[in-house]
Amino acid sequence: MNGITLTLRTLHRGERHLAHDLVSVAERHRTEHEVHHVATDLAVWSREHVRRLAEVAAHHDVRLGDPPDHSSDGVLATLRKQASEAVVHRPEPGLLLLHDLRELHIAAAENSLHWEMLAQAAQASRDSELLGLASACHPRTLRQMRWTNTMIKNLSPQILNSL
Amino acid sequence: MKDTADRIAQPWGDRVPYGRHETWPARVDTFLADGVEPEAVQQWVQSASILHSDGDAMDIAVADGRMVGVRGRDVDRVNRGRLGPKDLFGWQANGSRDRLTRPLVRRDGRLEETDWDTAMNLVAARSRELLDERGPGSIGFYTTGQLFLEEYYTLTVLARAGIGTNHLDGNTRLCTSTAAEALKETFGCDGQPGSYDDFDHADVVALFGHNIAETQPVQWMRLLDRMEGTDPPRLLCVDPRTTRVARHAAVHLAPRGGTNVALLNALLHETIRHDRIDRDFIDAHTVGFEELAERVADCTPKWAAEICDVPAARIEEAAELVGTTDALVSTVLQGVYQSHQATAAAVQINNLHLIRGMLGRPGAGLLQMNGQPTAQNTRECGANGDLPGFRNWQNDSHVADLAKVWNVEPETIPHYAPPTHAMQMYRYAEQGSIRMLWISGTNPAVSLPELSRIRSILTQNRLFTVVQDLFLTETAQLADVVLPAATWGEKTGALTNADRTVHLSEKAVEPPGEAKPDLDIFLDYARRMDFRDKDGGPLITWDDPESAFEAWKRCSAGRPCDYTGLSYAKLRDTSGVQWPCDEESPEGTARLYTDGISWAHPDLCESYGKDLETGASQEAVEYRSLNPDGKAMLKAAAYRPPHEEPDEEHPFQLTTGRTIYHFHTRTKTGRAPQLRDAAPDVWVEISTADADRLGLGEGDLVDVTSKRGSLRGRLRVTGIRPGLLFVPFHYGYWDTEDGSGPGPDTPGRAANETTVTDWDPASKQPLFKTATAGLTLVERGDGSASPAPTTAASAPAAPGVATPTAGGPAAHTTQTPTEFPHGREEGAQ
Repeated sequence: MNGITLTLRTLHRGERHLAHDLVSVAERHRTEHEVHHVATDLAVWSREHVRRLAEVAAHHDVRLGDPPDHSSDGVLATLRKQASEAVVHRPEPGLLLLHDLRELHIAAAENSLHWEMLAQAAQASRDSELLGLASACHPRTLRQMRWTNTMIKNLSPQILNSL
Repeated sequence: MKDTADRIAQPWGDRVPYGRHETWPARVDTFLADGVEPEAVQQWVQSASILHSDGDAMDIAVADGRMVGVRGRDVDRVNRGRLGPKDLFGWQANGSRDRLTRPLVRRDGRLEETDWDTAMNLVAARSRELLDERGPGSIGFYTTGQLFLEEYYTLTVLARAGIGTNHLDGNTRLCTSTAAEALKETFGCDGQPGSYDDFDHADVVALFGHNIAETQPVQWMRLLDRMEGTDPPRLLCVDPRTTRVARHAAVHLAPRGGTNVALLNALLHETIRHDRIDRDFIDAHTVGFEELAERVADCTPKWAAEICDVPAARIEEAAELVGTTDALVSTVLQGVYQSHQATAAAVQINNLHLIRGMLGRPGAGLLQMNGQPTAQNTRECGANGDLPGFRNWQNDSHVADLAKVWNVEPETIPHYAPPTHAMQMYRYAEQGSIRMLWISGTNPAVSLPELSRIRSILTQNRLFTVVQDLFLTETAQLADVVLPAATWGEKTGALTNADRTVHLSEKAVEPPGEAKPDLDIFLDYARRMDFRDKDGGPLITWDDPESAFEAWKRCSAGRPCDYTGLSYAKLRDTSGVQWPCDEESPEGTARLYTDGISWAHPDLCESYGKDLETGASQEAVEYRSLNPDGKAMLKAAAYRPPHEEPDEEHPFQLTTGRTIYHFHTRTKTGRAPQLRDAAPDVWVEISTADADRLGLGEGDLVDVTSKRGSLRGRLRVTGIRPGLLFVPFHYGYWDTEDGSGPGPDTPGRAANETTVTDWDPASKQPLFKTATAGLTLVERGDGSASPAPTTAASAPAAPGVATPTAGGPAAHTTQTPTEFPHGREEGAQ
């Protein structure tokens, strides 16, 4: 296994996790409507990254799996949703929300660094397919990070001052 | 032209045809109460309408201290004497017997009358308690698009610098926030680029989700007059209903809900593919063209046709219409703003104008419309989730400048995050971090989405709710303190319409009972709270409308919305004037951006922009590198499907909207007999194809049910696109048994029982146009028609199933054609 396939694997795992975590956070914070809806949308990007990574990896003789099936943990999803609705009138889940947004940000940042590494390696090895992949996907990862950062910036003054 | 018209049956009156580049002649519409002869009018008092965003100037007829009618002002640039049905009849609501005349406070669960001192002391005491115990973030203000400039400005100063809260927004969030955001995204700053005068010069008028015939009926009269004159304009109508605009359109597209971005990207694709672009304009005034071209490269009409369910050939025709004309005016309203991907779509219309160079000259105009009469003032005064004067909360020098105007320290003004938008304020109230909500001039218990949730928020014991209104609205019934407000005609103030025209509206009669102008209520509160500036002087230094206007002028000085050249005297003298109005342009400014993009420079811009799809804020450094020279920004956006798609249980798309006869939650128009009777109750529109398929017909009683709730109404079968239901959002519960919401004897009646809590991430405007719903028959109609009007978009598909809507003698209005006295009309060349 060379460094590129290793990075492809790592990134594939990272995007899979992020897709899953975005959906989980969306369900856990269903009553935070903007977080719920945008996180759900952003998960679509990561799922697409997973698919595209798998396609390119196949050309490098590496087999990577499909994106996580959104509906696979239906029971858990329902529980998360109900838990969120049960505490709709409580301020404390705000802290959990900030925690979750921070974790999403860190996960996206890790992916971003791996995209950077992949793009650099692609340039050095003149692998235009790989470079195309990184150029297409990396900006969206950065946008995921900007979103989590914006939400933390906008929400934390109220959440941290009202506990 | 007949001398009089039944203006319920003929909402737009008779025609005064005029040709392209000619001056739109005046036609003076006058309505006096039954039995009042013109000679009996003792005084005509200058004003303008507050029942839509058009800014129709009128004089209020007064006799024996009472309002007895209205007459359009022929000298005014906006309406030239014409009035719409709401202008003509809506004023009668002022005299309703159920006006609030004394403050109310809740005692033992019931609202009881009290005096002003008791009510205001209670509000001030609760404010101080909360400030001490929980800080300024526990207090929120939710205002409207229907007060006057002076009132918003005062509210902004007391909320942002007095209380020091970041939570101040208007119901303009529901109607106009996408217009503001789209202008900020493209031009770096709010400010309507075009002018209504552009309609006189346009060759093509493209109306995107804008049923102008019902929302700004007087400008529709202008278009109708032009369509009967020489060289008439051709219309492009994008609307899923067969509106009057659609019936007059050269091309009508009725796309599937939530697909505007796909359609617009296809229009941009065609414009670029056929090289219908203005390369010199693009080079001189924009950044981002290459990326835009790349992003729409695959967005063919065929691709969009699949998504929008509109024939590709129609999209090509539309693209040719907007792409080949030499004078394009586009107008945009709720069909775009209240949809999925609102800002992304509105920005693509800006893009269309920029790549075609259709900006800043007569007939090449862009109008991102407003819904409400004074929404523009909410925006510019900083009561709409922005800082006053279009200052940038992320730019420390803008905040310092504002602090100087207010004589406070910059830290006094919250600017660590964007001002909180309304939907987030309700969320904070829901989770308990906002403990006091002061609602002025709006009725969220009917107008916000997902009403069962809103009611559950407003009825919480821990939330102290103050409601300031004319009537005991659905919202007021849930309040802890109700403050009786004076309204239009009972107080003086300035208001600015959708094309930046500032009008003065003067007090004509006394308010009923102890009702007070909103300005006086805010000033009273500020005095009780003893807000101070940094030197210990009073924070608010004015005490009446004119001194408030003068204070606002100082705040607006040097900003895009500069009012320094205006005064009450000048507004009395000249009628409407368009801002900016300053030393350089003492007569006002017809069009922005006639000579380049003026407010997009990084040091000047109101906003550094947002990610159109996620709403993430950009930072100054990114903006500076993207747009160092302050040009217009061409921002591309990818189409995303709506969050809610029809399924087995909810097979229809559901959209809400308006009728020409009502405004908002009908608090006024439901109390004007002619308007009330023209559209007396809620209805549900369905397409002929769907009605036939389900065996349903005109007048059948149905339930419309979404995941959030349901409403009940009678069916009207219309030319609406198949698969879509339409419900007007005006109807609530104040005139039902249960008063403030559905109950044992009252099924759901408000459209917002069904709408979804979801908003555009960039503008934070809620989605009222993209929900899904199921439809069930409750009982067959008894042969009588649905209460929907027959005159406009809700006209039945099969003529004859309903008696034509008419007002009879009670709606007879005189109409007198005359010259427009200002032959030198700005922009006419």
